[in-house]
Amino acid sequence: LAHGGGGKAMRDLIDDVFIDAFSNSSLNTLEDQARFQLSDLAQYGDRLAMTTDSYVIDPIFFPGGDIGKLAICGTVNDLAVGGAKPLYLTCAMIIEEGMQVSTLRQIVQSMADTAKAAGVLIVTGDTKVVERGSCDKIFINTAGIGVINKDYQLGVHKAQAHDRILVNGYLGDHGAAILNARGDMHLSSPIESDCAPLHELIAVLLKAAPNTRFIRDATRGGIASVLNEIADASKCGIEILETETPIRNEVKGFCEILGLDPLYLANEGKLVAVVPEAETAAALAAMRAHPLGRDAADIGCVLEDGRAGRVHMQTSFGGKRIVDMLVGEQLPRIC
Amino acid sequence: MTQQEIRVKGTVQGVGFRPTVYRLALECQLHGEVSNDCDGVLIRLSGMDVKIKEFLNRLNTEAPPLAKIESITHAVIEHAWDYRDFSIRASTHSAGRTDIAADAASCAQCLLEINDPNNRRYLYPFTNCTHCGPRLSIVNAIPYDRCHTSMHDFKLCAACEAEYRNPLDRRFHAQPTACHACGPRIFLSPSSLPTHIDPIQRTQSILDVIQQALVDGKIVAIKGLGGFHLCCDASNHASVEQLRQRKHRYAKPLALMTHDTAAIRAYCQISEQEEQYLRSPAAPIVLLNRQAQVDVNFPVLSTAIAPGSHLIGFMLAYTPLHHLICQRFGKALVMTSANLSGEPQITDDEEALEKLAKTSSNKAAIADLVLYHDRPIANRIDDSVVRCHTFGVQVLRRARGYAPRSIALHNSFQNADRILAYGAELKSTFCLIKQGGAILSQHQGDLEDVKTCDDYEKNLALFKILFEFSPTHLACDLHPEYISSKLAHAEAHSKNLHLLGIQHHHAHIASAMAENGLSRTHPKVLGIAFDGLGYGDNGELWGGEFLLADFCESHRVARLQPVALPGAAQAMLQPWRNTYAQIRNSMSWTEFRERYGTTKIAQFFEQQSLATVDRMLQAQVNCPLASSAGRLFDAVAAALDIHPDKVQFEGQAAITLESLVDQNYLTQLLRVDSTERCYQFEIQSDPTTQLYKLKYELSAAPMWPSLLDDLNQQHSQTQIATRFHAALIQAVLKTVDLLRTQYPFNDVVLSGGCMQNEVLSNALQNAIQERGLACITHHLVPANDGGIALGQAVIAAARTIKKIDIGHNE
Ligand SMILES: [Fe+3]
Ligand SMILES: [Mg+2]
Ligand SMILES: [Zn+2]
Ligand SMILES: [Zn+2]
Repeated sequence: LAHGGGGKAMRDLIDDVFIDAFSNSSLNTLEDQARFQLSDLAQYGDRLAMTTDSYVIDPIFFPGGDIGKLAICGTVNDLAVGGAKPLYLTCAMIIEEGMQVSTLRQIVQSMADTAKAAGVLIVTGDTKVVERGSCDKIFINTAGIGVINKDYQLGVHKAQAHDRILVNGYLGDHGAAILNARGDMHLSSPIESDCAPLHELIAVLLKAAPNTRFIRDATRGGIASVLNEIADASKCGIEILETETPIRNEVKGFCEILGLDPLYLANEGKLVAVVPEAETAAALAAMRAHPLGRDAADIGCVLEDGRAGRVHMQTSFGGKRIVDMLVGEQLPRIC
Repeated sequence: MTQQEIRVKGTVQGVGFRPTVYRLALECQLHGEVSNDCDGVLIRLSGMDVKIKEFLNRLNTEAPPLAKIESITHAVIEHAWDYRDFSIRASTHSAGRTDIAADAASCAQCLLEINDPNNRRYLYPFTNCTHCGPRLSIVNAIPYDRCHTSMHDFKLCAACEAEYRNPLDRRFHAQPTACHACGPRIFLSPSSLPTHIDPIQRTQSILDVIQQALVDGKIVAIKGLGGFHLCCDASNHASVEQLRQRKHRYAKPLALMTHDTAAIRAYCQISEQEEQYLRSPAAPIVLLNRQAQVDVNFPVLSTAIAPGSHLIGFMLAYTPLHHLICQRFGKALVMTSANLSGEPQITDDEEALEKLAKTSSNKAAIADLVLYHDRPIANRIDDSVVRCHTFGVQVLRRARGYAPRSIALHNSFQNADRILAYGAELKSTFCLIKQGGAILSQHQGDLEDVKTCDDYEKNLALFKILFEFSPTHLACDLHPEYISSKLAHAEAHSKNLHLLGIQHHHAHIASAMAENGLSRTHPKVLGIAFDGLGYGDNGELWGGEFLLADFCESHRVARLQPVALPGAAQAMLQPWRNTYAQIRNSMSWTEFRERYGTTKIAQFFEQQSLATVDRMLQAQVNCPLASSAGRLFDAVAAALDIHPDKVQFEGQAAITLESLVDQNYLTQLLRVDSTERCYQFEIQSDPTTQLYKLKYELSAAPMWPSLLDDLNQQHSQTQIATRFHAALIQAVLKTVDLLRTQYPFNDVVLSGGCMQNEVLSNALQNAIQERGLACITHHLVPANDGGIALGQAVIAAARTIKKIDIGHNE
């Protein structure tokens, strides 16, 4: 692709790539905006949810996914964790000149496949090609709209004493896979990103545990950051158990060599749910019945007498280690 | 007839000061009164001039042992008083400055009593008086009265009450005083004692059970002054090994306890100064050099006591309970803090029974027996650790017996007030500055541990109460991830207080300057701060720094060459990573493999995930650069096959390396005319990093080929360790000489954890003094991060005072 692709040929090429892949009635009208019937939306619930996120990742293709899949899953998940049914997405791309059309096609196809699997429509979009060095290969922004079921009232401030902390599977896979792909760390066993749309899993979880307090996808900053946000907002203390926290041996080994704490590694298909104790069994059973929740686990609880805002991990040796929100990157503290 | 009003400041309350004054006044035939108030002790005397003079002389020489007089001022009073006798007046209380005393080891008189079958305190484990006993460990609030201590539930019996009320008694107003009839009791778990027996008999039987258990090689948990200990026979290797296994403490040296120095002398050399420290009221653990030959009359100590170290930590029994146990047992006992690994020492009975005495299906209990008592420990206080170097004493851990004694600052700090410093992280302490004095908390420990962090906050709240302190200025480390820094930020934010971020190594240097009484406006010194790691003021990791500093500011003029830490925090745990990074910094990998491929360390490397580490270094994934001296020590140690794979605690490899040094050979190497082969550091002037205005950079790169050649030639660990120390010492001294040509400093200040290395510190001190420079280092406050809080506090004080001064001038 060449910079300044405002020319007719260039436009046609890009349109061709996108229309081919994303073809749907709303997009095909080629109006300046997508239009929705309010009555269509109202059937799903009583509130609209809207979100946006930009995706920049190096490398753009990695084991378990690519930037396109990530851009769809990320926004779908951001809608779904609020209890919303994700419906429509927008897609804006900034592409560095020189990118192969075939590469772009591959990314766009991946977006299309993921969107189809997630049951969402890409209804409007935009593309810019910028000078070499102005961006790194490709940046994607997606925004999304969903509708929240009137029965769900999720909130980060709602955690209460004795609530259980659930996750839907192994933590840290995405972060480890990306670091490995980036540096080619010569790992003996490969680690794949967990990148996946979680709306279905969340739907079954909420059906089984309708009083779930809060759900969040544990992306950047890992599970540690999510737990700290909950502890802060709900003014409670949270304890997780090292022995119950699912982390693959490969990821553990990888973190040990690299000197990283897996609790802070990014995930792209993992959620943290705060569920009232009484609904925990149902929530776990429902998640485990879904392919994306097979390895769901109850990793800890909201403490009755914990210190507001503090998260700690009970280690396998029996000690309790503070799992703090990082101000910056992981930095050694030992003198 | 004259009349004088005398004001005594310092640690003068709760230490039997007023009774001493009372006795002296009676003996000098003086009338008047004595009272405690917020500023200390106030004495009014009326009588003959010569008698008042005699009184004042004797007050200085006969002050009670726990008193620490900071100043005595007196004024002649013109108007006539009408005193008919001498009396002790009730305390008045208002905001001011007095010191809470530190806990003190049993005094000789109390020990006589517990060993005297005719005394009513025979075998009483909680015997104490105004000259000894618990203080900080039992206090909950001020004023320091029985009702504000752990003794509030124990009502004095008539006999104790009489002593408590009698100004001429050693127990006059001794708040924790007690006896068999009215005081705390010991309990044993599990226990099969009859419930109703005579208290002396009961104590006797418990002591018998403990004695037998120790003889049988059992592990006993014992509640001491500031926390529980785990105790076993130090000469029973199987017991010591078992204790290590059960406690998951595999490497850190274990402290030993006996009741007299004779048993210590069998194993260790004791200098006069060391004996003084052992016998002092603080009764710290003193790190002693092993005897070349153990006295044949004593059993050999288990080799698991302090593996890899030429030092053993001994302390003398410091409570009546310890004395009773040690006297009976006769031999050295292991007395190590009772805790689960990573957690602070246990202080609570229930927790002790739960965590130490309970067996689970797959694990034995940590302790076979638990000896506890019903006097609660209000504040956890670990045992202090000191080491007497040739150049002076260093406190390595400042806790029981020292905290919360105030540290006198130079007069020029007298306007410093209401400053609170939050300290560092791993060896955390906090420090208050109130009315020109610095109060440094006892060692708290690693704040990442939940219980330690809770204790830190609890103690901070307690100190605020004890010292009636509310800060206006806070100080903390620049490290954004230190939990102490985060606490400080949150507090500053919520209370709207000034917060000063203080660079780690500047704080190290300032703490040494402060405890040595340097004036606030003392000219710039050359500070050499060598430690593991600290956050630099450019966001890099520092640890081998030469700073030109005064109390207000510092700037870096030289450093060790930064080398990557592959895997960051992991490089502290696995010393080989540092060796690898150092070697890669010094030569190509092909060269290393060709020339040194047969060395043990090369073979060790082969078994590691080198391909991954290489990629991390290339891609700069979690491989921050650090100019750390501590990591250089680790790198050299691992090259010598000293814990290359894993250290159990920071400094473990460096301590072993120091132990290997041959002092005579070192002296030989350091002689100017030495022809011995020595390693070389390169001192680069104007390093490429112009940015930081550095003048010099010390690179260890040229040392590595020589060191590896020595390994190839099978030179001994001792030779190599000594050569490394010599090379580092020479490089530091050369840097000092170079810097002297550019900056007009007269003092060199040594600080940071690495300066606890006697070989390094001693040689630097001597050489610096030979150059006609003053060499300033630590004596009262740890050179390690335990001293950071004091440094932060004084820097914050100096900066705020300077700001006020400038404000006034304008
Ligand atoms: Fe330090
Ligand atoms: Mg997001
Ligand atoms: Zn006494
Ligand atoms: Zn009594």
